[in-house]
Amino acid sequence: MSIVVCAEQRDGSLRKITFEALSEGKRLAEASGETLKALLIGSGIAGLADELKKYGVDEVAVVDNEALAAYAADSYAAVLGAYIAQENPALVLFGHSAVGKELAPRTAAKVDCGLVSDCIAISFADGDYLFSHPVYAGKAIGKYKVAGPVRMATLRPNVFAVAESEGAGAVVDFAPEITASKVTITGAEMASGDRPELTEADIICSGGRGLGGPEGFALIEGLADALGAAVGSSRAAVDAGWREHAAQVGQTGKVVSPNLYVASGISGAIQHLAGMGSSKYIVGINKDGEANIFNVADYGVEGDLNKVIPALIEKLKELQ
Amino acid sequence: MKIVACIKQTFDTEAKIVIGGDGQISDEGVNLIVNPYDEFAVEEAIRTKEKDGGEVVVVTVGGDKAQEALRYCLAMGADRAVLINDPALVGADSGAVSVALAKLLSEKEAGFDIIFAGKEAVDYGAAQVPSRLAEKLDLAQANVVTAFELSDGKATATREIDGGSETLELALPALISAQKGLNEVRYPSLPGIMKAKRKPLEVLALADLGLSADDVASKIELVSAELPPARKAGQRLTGEVDEVVAKLVQLLQEEAKVI
Ligand SMILES: Cc1cc2nc3c(=O)[nH]c(=O)nc-3n(C[C@H](O)[C@H](O)[C@H](O)COP(=O)(O)OP(=O)(O)OC[C@H]3O[C@@H](n4cnc5c(N)ncnc54)[C@H](O)[C@@H]3O)c2cc1C
Ligand SMILES: Nc1ncnc2c1ncn2[C@@H]1O[C@H](COP(=O)(O)O)[C@@H](O)[C@H]1O
Repeated sequence: MSIVVCAEQRDGSLRKITFEALSEGKRLAEASGETLKALLIGSGIAGLADELKKYGVDEVAVVDNEALAAYAADSYAAVLGAYIAQENPALVLFGHSAVGKELAPRTAAKVDCGLVSDCIAISFADGDYLFSHPVYAGKAIGKYKVAGPVRMATLRPNVFAVAESEGAGAVVDFAPEITASKVTITGAEMASGDRPELTEADIICSGGRGLGGPEGFALIEGLADALGAAVGSSRAAVDAGWREHAAQVGQTGKVVSPNLYVASGISGAIQHLAGMGSSKYIVGINKDGEANIFNVADYGVEGDLNKVIPALIEKLKELQ
Repeated sequence: MKIVACIKQTFDTEAKIVIGGDGQISDEGVNLIVNPYDEFAVEEAIRTKEKDGGEVVVVTVGGDKAQEALRYCLAMGADRAVLINDPALVGADSGAVSVALAKLLSEKEAGFDIIFAGKEAVDYGAAQVPSRLAEKLDLAQANVVTAFELSDGKATATREIDGGSETLELALPALISAQKGLNEVRYPSLPGIMKAKRKPLEVLALADLGLSADDVASKIELVSAELPPARKAGQRLTGEVDEVVAKLVQLLQEEAKVI
């Protein structure tokens, strides 16, 4: 049997989460003795198979069809369903990205299997897989077993280490019957600029109510520029209209796990911590020595952000 | 128009999580709310009805207490409610919940034009039921929706994608899962709360849907739950801004090695 990674590409480039999923898939395949396969769906994407081969896959199945140029949950799930019916894999992995969050459950319903969402660890022991998934926005970690034969999981971005490895690397075509999607994409608007995506970023600089107004985010942007970071926000700053909701970090926003999270003018409410508590390092900048953020910050800077951040930007620029 | 809103009763987001003696999460003394994203779903359902007419039916799979959550939605302005409550559904996984909902919506409550759901439940953060339901009912779907419009039998939705947003057109019937930003949720008015007490709330067991316990057997099992390793407060940096900043940068470089 096999472990299958559903590769995610957008406009002809593979997403980082795909390399993370392949690396984890390889590790599990070695533990369980399965083969590792990748399924690549799209139009004019066959060339990407070479890139997938770097991560130890035994086989890449390519579904290259004009009708699949744009991702849609229903038509892609139909392809996956056909592939799973043929392959009968033990485990199918997706990224817990906007696409994976939708495609995995739609496919799971199609093939009638169990799915654990947003995993931060998977282990294989005694012939079975064990999936760790943060519940209650990270206030607890649930450990799950999934009844086979097919199991599915989505993986939280930025948690699983990427490692290149060797594999047979065969490339095969898979050409199932394509069903047209019931959904038509009529427009897309991508955020401008070259900042990393929040859930994929290594460093995130977030601001809260303590910024005092929308113009306060200029400071956060400046700091993010100096660090090559993404910009996040607390809910208070989103509710005040200083930042769009897509930037909100927390229980009702994005869950992130960067290497470094810098929270400025954010008190550290339980719902905010739920979204960033698994960051490797946390810096809190707050003028209130009692602020809750200091209970989780590795480095707590007690001071006025209007003074600290400009000085910090200066210092970082000196280093470049 | 028949408009359906799927809701789940969840822990209050302030709730402190306690693991009981059985290794499972305890709900003792926890304040229960309507899943925050489902409030957006119910609100959008009511707004759609206010604009285009019809009725709003709120549905949930849950226990006895879930009646309170349904009454809250009725007080917001939904017309009637259906609770699927069965011992075999206690601790049901997303797959099982969607089997029950799909059966309800394809038979007893068939004929809907649109289903609204939340983008995820804040308890288990599975984000599975809407997509599973859309598949089972063979519907067009738009997830994580921040804007919605209905005209000439066609739905237009804006949804969040990684790094931006997309606009979709969907033929009805369709399923929309709500993200914050979709609308401003109303609070129930006092007359609304009074009226809600007399609105129909139907309770169904699995047998009423023609389902057996086997049909809703969960495929995923929560083996154990544990609290995450507590984060410790680290170093506090105080003093002159220049010194603090120099120290911070040094720590980030040499100790954390993140810059
Ligand atoms: C159902 C529900 C869901 C929620 N989901 C989320 C969520 O997903 N994400 C989220 O963030 N919140 C969420 N919240 C809200 C959360 O409870 C807090 O209200 C919110 O996080 C507070 O944002 P804040 O820290 O920016 O503001 P505040 O709590 O007002 O904190 C501002 C901080 O800035 C500091 N400050 C002020 N001026 C300065 C200065 N000049 N220099 C340095 N520091 C300064 C203050 O000391 C204070 O600590 C949710 C709440 C509910 C009820
Ligand atoms: N037990 C349930 N009954 C009705 N709807 C549900 C139930 N569980 C989840 N949903 C719907 O599916 C959405 C996503 O939930 P989940 O898949 O559990 O994260 C929720 O916001 C609800 O709209």
